[in-house]
Order: sequence, then structure tokens, then C-alpha cells
Amino acid sequence: MNGLVDTLQPLRWDEPKSAYDVVIVGGGGHGLATAYYLATRHGITNVAVIEADYIASGNTGRNTTIIRANYGIPEAVRFYEHSLEMYEALEAETGAAILHQTKGLIWLAHTEMALRSERARCLMNTACGAETVMVTPAEIKELCPQIDLTGGGRYPVLGASHHLRAATARHDRVAWAFASGAMARGVHVIQHTPVTGLLRDGDRVVGVQTADGPIAAGTVLSATGGRVTALAAKAGVRLPVRTHPLHAFVTNNFAQSFAPIVSDTELFCYVSQTERGQMLIGAEFDAQPSYSRQSSFAALRSYSYKVSHLLPFLRNLRILRQWAGSCDISADFSPIMGFTGVDGFLVTTGWGTWGFKAIPAGGEGMAELIATGRPPALIAPFALDRFARDHVLADQGSTGTR
Amino acid sequence: MLWLTCPLCGRRPIDEFTFGGERRPVPDWIEGDDARNLDEVWNFENPDGVTTERWFHAAGCRRWLTVHRDTSTDTVVA
Repeated sequence: MNGLVDTLQPLRWDEPKSAYDVVIVGGGGHGLATAYYLATRHGITNVAVIEADYIASGNTGRNTTIIRANYGIPEAVRFYEHSLEMYEALEAETGAAILHQTKGLIWLAHTEMALRSERARCLMNTACGAETVMVTPAEIKELCPQIDLTGGGRYPVLGASHHLRAATARHDRVAWAFASGAMARGVHVIQHTPVTGLLRDGDRVVGVQTADGPIAAGTVLSATGGRVTALAAKAGVRLPVRTHPLHAFVTNNFAQSFAPIVSDTELFCYVSQTERGQMLIGAEFDAQPSYSRQSSFAALRSYSYKVSHLLPFLRNLRILRQWAGSCDISADFSPIMGFTGVDGFLVTTGWGTWGFKAIPAGGEGMAELIATGRPPALIAPFALDRFARDHVLADQGSTGTR
Repeated sequence: MLWLTCPLCGRRPIDEFTFGGERRPVPDWIEGDDARNLDEVWNFENPDGVTTERWFHAAGCRRWLTVHRDTSTDTVVA
């Protein structure tokens, strides 16, 4: 066994109380981070995080752990850049080893059109603080010697944008770091307790109904992934969200080190190496919405086709595991954070395929919103009412997943 | 792999089709033109169960068809 085998971290699990100031539905990264920042930044510790399964069992434990800030609109770049910086400081802040590694990300372009949009994104990203530069094919080969610049004769690489401070971190450790930090300050994390409904008092939401009984709350935050539409409907809130599956797989160990994260403008796939040496591969989400977490041979075939054109060495590796997660894709491909129009009910959702990188900044922002009643400037543009106000944050091109 | 039955072409793999979105009415309880327009344009039922949706047979006969699909299992029903 290697040094990455986890030592047991004893956590004190609490029995649920009948009432809390804040109840957070969903024990994934965003729910746990919000609880952590409520406790550490605002001294609000009468908080429960209620998770239907075990913490990080949903999309937090299923994503491909890429942390980057090279988005397409200033609101998003500023937000994700702040999150990226918080990740860089997270080990120091929480004292937990989250295996954060700065790797850089190259986003390959195969057409003149893609090169132009990457150039534009480089300028915009750098202007907003997320340093990104254009690199030539020769420079790409230096950064990542394994790339076939002809793209298997089919997808020639004309250039790429290089997002210098992109990183990866171990996803379950991020969730555990926030969970243990929050629990040490008195937050209750309640596992294996599905939330089945919301308690209403007139138009207000005043708590949650769980499989084990009702729990009253001053504020209820939905931080669920995958089941948010059904939960919000219980508060009478309708969301511009559709839930699509996204698949991923890992190969057996690749003996060489594979330095950067490789992503693609045309093929919508992304490849990185895990801290164990496995190659981790993800691609576009399924066209049709579904709550199924059954991964498929069709996904393996399509993803393998894409990545083996760019990185032929992958053909010699074996696929170890594949899985799927449920991505809440918002109508404009940007997250939805904040008030819902229903008193006592907030959401952090629409995290689609871009939620992991946003965990620290999303949690910090939501915690401040709950503590002060005002959304901080960084998350204010992502409010649900942007659709009614016609301030939509269209950013599909930056997701790299469709 | 999911297969759809096109009325003209028969049983074909889903790769040949383009997803055209769920079909749903705006709920009756939403009142006012603006609220109803907003809901129609942006919001989704996003059901966990059987949904009615439109698919376009892009790589076939290029006709639209209506499909009933169970989103909890991603299987076509009826």
C-alpha cells in the first residue's frame, strides 16, 4: 500500500436536534463548505447539514477534480479565480491534506475559429486575474510530450490556451476537510437521512421533513445536486435547471508523469493524472436529461475515441472503473446562488459540470449571504432572479462539457 | 446505448438524434403574462420519471418525433 491510504479520522456524529438556525440540505462540497464558513467566518454554529447518503457520495465524489478559472465572462472569471486562490490556501486554513497540486491546464484548439476564441479568452481571463497565455504546438509538446499534435491525423492541434494556475485536489478529502472543520466548531452533520419535504408556515419555509421526523430551521439552504428541482418544487420554486448524467473513468497506473491537465475545445474531453498515477478521463454530459447514475458502454466508447486521438498512449492502458454523476445544468450554464423569492428558502445549484472548483468560494459566499442577508458582490450576479431581470450569464463555451 | 423508434426509419441508435427538449405546459397556478412567459422560456419540469420530449432524427429522415422516456432509468417507454 502507499502513503495515500487514509488514516482514520474520527468524527463525532451527532443526533439531530429538533431545531437549528440553519439547515443545509445536501452534504456535498457546497453544503459542507457553507456550514464551515458559517462557523468560522460568522460564528454561526447552530447549523445542521443533512445528507441522504454519506457525505460526498454525490457529485463531490464523482467529478474529475479540476480547479480552474478560465471562464468566458468577467463575473465567472472573478468568482472562480477567487475560488482557485482559496483552494491554494485551503490546506493551510483547514490543516487537512487535500492533495492540492498546481498543474496548469492546456485547452487545445483545432481550428482557426477555436484559436480566435481562445485568444479572446486569454485576454479576458488575464484581465480579470486568471493568468492565461497562448502556446504554440511546439510549446504544447514541451508541456505535454505525450500529445500527438496531428490528433491521429484527424484533429490537428493548431495551438492552445495555457491556464497557468489550474490545479487538482482530492475530492473526498476536500469534503472531509470542510466537514471536520465545521463539526469541530459545533455544526451537526447528519448522514443517511433523506429530506422528504419542506415545512411551510404560509409562504415561508420553516424547516425540513426528514425520514426521521421534522427539523425546524430559521433558514433552509438547498445544496443538493441532482434532486434540486423536486426539493425546490416543494417550496413552490421553479428552476431553470435540467439534470443530465456525466460519465468519467480511470485507467490503471501510467508509469510516466503526465504534467498538465489537457482539455479540448472541439472534442469536449479532459484528461489528467490522479495522485495515484491513474489517468482520469471525462467528457461531455449526455444530451438527454436523466437521473440514472448507470454509466454506459456508449460513454466509454465515445470518450475513448476522443482522448486516444490526442493521447495515443492511452490505448495501451486498461480501464479500471467508470461511473456517472447527475449534473444540474442551468439554462445559461452558470450557477444559481442565493434567494429564491420564498422566505427562508435559499439555493446553491446549477453547478452542472463546474461545481467542484467553486466549493470554497461558493460556500464562503452563501455563508455570508445567510449571515448578513445580503449577497456578497462576488456571488450577487448569480442570483436566480437574473432570468427574470434578463441578466443571463451565458457561458456554455467555458464549461468544456458540451 | 439508448435506441429510439423513428416512425419512418424504425429502431435507430440515439446518436442519430438531436435532443429537442421536454414538452410541458406552463402550470396553471402561475399567473400573469410575464410570469408565464418567464416560466415557458426558462424553467423545466425536470421530472424524475416519465417525460414527454421531442427528438429530431438529424442523421436519418430529418423529422421530429415525440418520445416518452423514463428519466430515472434513461429508458424509452411505450
